[in-house]
Amino acid sequence: MLTTIQILLLIFILFSVSRVILRVKEKVISTQAGFFWVLIWVAAIIGVVLPGTTTRLASYFGVGRGVDVIVYLSLALLFYLVFRIYVMIEDIRREITFLIRQLALNSSTSPVKSPRKRSKK
Amino acid sequence: MKVVIVVPAFNESRVILEVLKALPRRLKRVTSIDIVVIDDGSTDHTFGEAQKAGVNIVRHLLNRGLGAAIKTGLSWAKKQNADIVVTFDADGQHDSVDIQKLIKPIILRKADLVIGSRFLNRQQIPFDRLFLNWFANLATFILYGVYCSDSQSGLRAFSKKAMNLIDFKADRMEFSSEILLEAKRNNMKISEVPIKAIYTDYSRLKGQKNLNAFPVFARFLVKLLR
Repeated sequence: MLTTIQILLLIFILFSVSRVILRVKEKVISTQAGFFWVLIWVAAIIGVVLPGTTTRLASYFGVGRGVDVIVYLSLALLFYLVFRIYVMIEDIRREITFLIRQLALNSSTSPVKSPRKRSKK
Repeated sequence: MKVVIVVPAFNESRVILEVLKALPRRLKRVTSIDIVVIDDGSTDHTFGEAQKAGVNIVRHLLNRGLGAAIKTGLSWAKKQNADIVVTFDADGQHDSVDIQKLIKPIILRKADLVIGSRFLNRQQIPFDRLFLNWFANLATFILYGVYCSDSQSGLRAFSKKAMNLIDFKADRMEFSSEILLEAKRNNMKISEVPIKAIYTDYSRLKGQKNLNAFPVFARFLVKLLR
């Protein structure tokens, strides 16, 4: 029999999976990225429905409780994803600067020649 | 020999006209001087004020930072086939008389990159600025392995070789140290010449904020670890 928290978590996970599938269909994210996220959520479903698996996983890793191993792995994954997002934002920032530069240079293709220009005798 | 003076400006309408008027009209051993203002997405009348000075203006639609503006200036100078590029802050902190000293080592082929250093000669500099610049020099030395007495100086001169080979990525203040790293990576001759620093209430307000030092240092580290 499922407990209330298990039911709530399952509803949330199924909602998340549906969002992933929708985004893949809309081609907002790639199939590979969609596969990655579905895999994460399926692992979460296994952890919620069969809590014994997390305990076995914990003993395999030498961690006391099943919940602890999930928290450790999730933290590691989150840190990695934050790093990926940071790099992505830096790349986007650079691309925006590149575009702004090209637009600026193109709009000054025929600048008014400086009256200061002089030739040395 | 053609010199392009790049003046990056962001919301400098109060002083930019005076700064542009004071720039040299002729320099020894230089056949032509082009001045270009890179208006880095200013929201005040910087563009209009610069127009009054009759100089070239390249306008960023959005503010992208000092490093991005300098890089745009270098690109513009390359298009004009410049032999030397001088970067000159728009906040009135530099003395235009120093430009001749700055380009001399390049004309004499003794340097590819010349940094105008505010700290080679003794002069009145606010203590907080002295400390922050000392910290920035130390960080540049530890992280990038290049020592410069004024790694954050806004008055620099690039030879044609430096213009073509120095490719910095940072959009904001940390680009100053990256320029030195790039020069070292490309085995360029770096030279420093003493310059005068004019600290007014306005330039102190407009220059690097003291608290900016921390995020700039953090981005420094991230760039290394990236």
